[in-house]
Amino acid sequence: MATVEPTPVRSGRSGELGLLILALALGLSAYALVGSTLDGRIPGNFYRDGGIFVVVTLLTHAVVRWRAPFADPVLLPIAAALNGVGMAMIYRIDHAHADADALAGKQLIWTLVSLAAACAVLVLLRDHRTLRRFTYIALLVGVGLLVLPLVPGVGAQIYGARIWIHVGPMSLQPAEFAKIAFAVFFAGYLVTNRDTLTLAGPKVLGLQLPRLRDFGPLLLALGASLAVLVAQRDLGTSLLFFGLFVAMLYIATERSSWVLIGLGLFAAGAFVAVRAFPHVQARFSSWLHAFDTDTFNAVGGSGQVVRGLFGMANGGLLGTGWGEGYPQLVPFASSDFIIASLGEELGLTGLFAILVLYVLFVQRGLRIAIGTRDGFGKLLAGGLAFAIAWQCFVVVGGVTRLIPVTGLTTPFLAYGGSSLLANWIIVALLLRISDNARRPAPLPLRAHGPAAEPASARTIELPRPDRAEPARQARGGAS
Amino acid sequence: MNTPLRRLSSVVLLLFVALLAAASYVQFVQAPSLNADPRNVRTLYREYGSFRGPLIVDGTEVALSKPSDDAFGYQRSYPDPEMYAAVTGYYSVVVGRSGMERYANDLLNGTSDSLWWDRFQQLVAGKDPQGYSVELTIDAAAQQAAWDALGDQRGAVVAVDTRSGAILAMVSKPSYDPNDLAAHKTSTVNERYQALLAADGDPLVNRAIGGDTYPPGSVFKLVTASAALQSGTFTADSALDGTDGYTLPGTRTVLHNFGGGACASSGKISLADALRISCNTAFASLGNAVGQDALRAQARAYGFDTSLSVPLPVTPSRFPEGLDDAQTALSAIGQGSVRVTPLQVAMVSATIANGGTELEPYLVKTVRTPDLSVVSRTSPTTLGTPISPATASTLTAMMEQVVTDGTGTAARIPGVTVAGKSGTAETTKGAAPHAWFTAFAPADDPQVAVAVVVEHGGDAGSEATGGAVAAPIARAVLKAVLDR
Repeated sequence: MATVEPTPVRSGRSGELGLLILALALGLSAYALVGSTLDGRIPGNFYRDGGIFVVVTLLTHAVVRWRAPFADPVLLPIAAALNGVGMAMIYRIDHAHADADALAGKQLIWTLVSLAAACAVLVLLRDHRTLRRFTYIALLVGVGLLVLPLVPGVGAQIYGARIWIHVGPMSLQPAEFAKIAFAVFFAGYLVTNRDTLTLAGPKVLGLQLPRLRDFGPLLLALGASLAVLVAQRDLGTSLLFFGLFVAMLYIATERSSWVLIGLGLFAAGAFVAVRAFPHVQARFSSWLHAFDTDTFNAVGGSGQVVRGLFGMANGGLLGTGWGEGYPQLVPFASSDFIIASLGEELGLTGLFAILVLYVLFVQRGLRIAIGTRDGFGKLLAGGLAFAIAWQCFVVVGGVTRLIPVTGLTTPFLAYGGSSLLANWIIVALLLRISDNARRPAPLPLRAHGPAAEPASARTIELPRPDRAEPARQARGGAS
Repeated sequence: MNTPLRRLSSVVLLLFVALLAAASYVQFVQAPSLNADPRNVRTLYREYGSFRGPLIVDGTEVALSKPSDDAFGYQRSYPDPEMYAAVTGYYSVVVGRSGMERYANDLLNGTSDSLWWDRFQQLVAGKDPQGYSVELTIDAAAQQAAWDALGDQRGAVVAVDTRSGAILAMVSKPSYDPNDLAAHKTSTVNERYQALLAADGDPLVNRAIGGDTYPPGSVFKLVTASAALQSGTFTADSALDGTDGYTLPGTRTVLHNFGGGACASSGKISLADALRISCNTAFASLGNAVGQDALRAQARAYGFDTSLSVPLPVTPSRFPEGLDDAQTALSAIGQGSVRVTPLQVAMVSATIANGGTELEPYLVKTVRTPDLSVVSRTSPTTLGTPISPATASTLTAMMEQVVTDGTGTAARIPGVTVAGKSGTAETTKGAAPHAWFTAFAPADDPQVAVAVVVEHGGDAGSEATGGAVAAPIARAVLKAVLDR
């Protein structure tokens, strides 16, 4: 009989507060620098807007303390840092367009809404496993959200892509929310069917293939969403869902054959898309021949990407500094191409820092998945974390001409209410799952009354000495 | 499910490594070519949006940046535009740049690699890159004298300091106003630029160092005489055939002297006298006696067929290849296919003045930081020794006689011995000849050499000779320098 002293689980809340203060300082000093460079003084609304941002972020921190005290302490500060830096850049580009505060003000409101939504998720969703009950509802919601922009009267075609809906005065991109719905559906569906998917089915050329009736609903969901997306001409979201799907399937089944099948499907899909759709073909050729004069000047050609590259080159290693570059020369400098804007003014160094923030965020997300006990939580956390990583890759890869440009927003940084809201909900979900993962289960000895316990009595006797994680130890003791 | 999650996190790392690599490639490796792309308006904005150093002549700014209220932040301005246009060139947001604005651009905008140490110090001190002031070698008095003396005639004047190679005056006419092109309004500037391109006399061309180049006429006899003296076969007293006509070998064409007649009643004339009165028949026969190879070698030793930058690019003067005897005779008197720039002619005179050593001409005297401390100063560079000191002193004496008692009397300056050579270059049939004069002074202690060309005789037209039209201009420039 071995005795194990369980180390008390640190909630990490004070660490989170410290990091959050750093993150807020980053965003606020960026905001102040933009003003001092462009106007010679800090922005007029600095104290009001900065104050609002600080207060709502700290309130969110308080809600985390209250409702998810054991949640991962790094996610919230990273998201807040990116959100703050993004708003500073949006303000800076507004300023260059002599339209002070136009988008930045809206983005601040969206930040408020998003943080409120994140708090609401933390308060209302006490256990992420509740979501598993909504597996098929999530599928319906996801497909519904994707179809919505095609509905006459609701949908709107903006910049050639029919991916927007009008709700009152706002336009929303429902696909951003469909991302979460599909992650919930995939997680719920795969955790139930992973064994049949993995084991039952014919073996072809050494690859374990699934039975059609197990695989059918997944394929249907994915095919429908991809078809709708192709119809809406939104390649970015289509690519995003495809990546999410393959990654979650791989997590669930642990079979690399699925990845191969996924890549095969992707290659086939890409080939067909390039052949069949002129706009995909145009995207592709403007990627390959970006610097050709014809491609550069063509409407929807490579002009935007190449102008973004010009901006990044102008930034060089150290950047021009806040307010010193010309990011406004790139179309969509504050949304799709905000990475090019940041690359210009903060340089390669700043861009590296931002990308490292994303890496940290995603790695924390995947660690949450690893640390979670239930399969649904693992899949959901892994899927959501990977979705953020994949979205970054697709959009930053497009801007840096690593891959063709697709229309996607950079999570937390880019202007766009739907994206901000959806990604903050993802933060809330990850916080919720990590809270469940790291929360110490009620100790068995508490049954005797915690107040009466001498400190030495907190040792737990375990049936067998293994290297189980603290959480498992506690559970083992309880059973 | 933990194994695939761990693998997935490796995949995520790989994806981000790819992004970091792509960003590094764009912002570091590819950045120079992206920054140089003509479609990149940032380069323009950065260039025009930052302070640009002035061009300075004798302590006065001849091109400077003033703060402006528009998007660019600075407006380039030229206080004495036309007189200095050949040197300064223009600096235009719309049509680019020329002259020193172009060829000293990296100094003026502060990006020159040659000043890396100063730039490094600025970086360490946390200062923004600054444009340097470029002080020119131009002598304001000489420039003014050349500008005034040339008047409304087309042509060019170049003066160089014989002891250093510094260019003291560079005038080209017709000139233009660089302020017109430095304006920021695209449509206006384009209109003016098109008008200048179409204008009669190509005002945008700097005739002193470029353009179509000129036939040198008799000023080339200095090169022919150099070759003859350098060969050792001839001296100043060698007797040449100075008859009234020289039949070009292999043809029936007879070459005559200017104004007809023989150069000497005896038909024989010394080399010195032939140069003094610019005897065509004597020099034509001398050319064939020396031979085209020796002529070409001498011309090249002086800098013909060699590119040069001061730092404005100088069109190489040409001595043709593969000549027959008739063409050699014509080339020896600076006709045929020989072409020169006024700067090259001034360099020949300056070399004779400097005892046979040719110095590299230059326009940048010093480069200074905005607080006027000198970061670089041009020191004289030797290009070569085309002629021996003995030949140089012989030629000096011969050129003195041209001014005292020959074709160049109009270049006389009281109290100063001037050495010179005139030239009257035939161009196309029916058109008045170009009037040339090159000189240096004082002959006993040379300081300044000058070359003047007046196209098609200027105001004098077909009656023009180099001695009558160009010599007074050369005299004015020499006097302006010596009177300092």
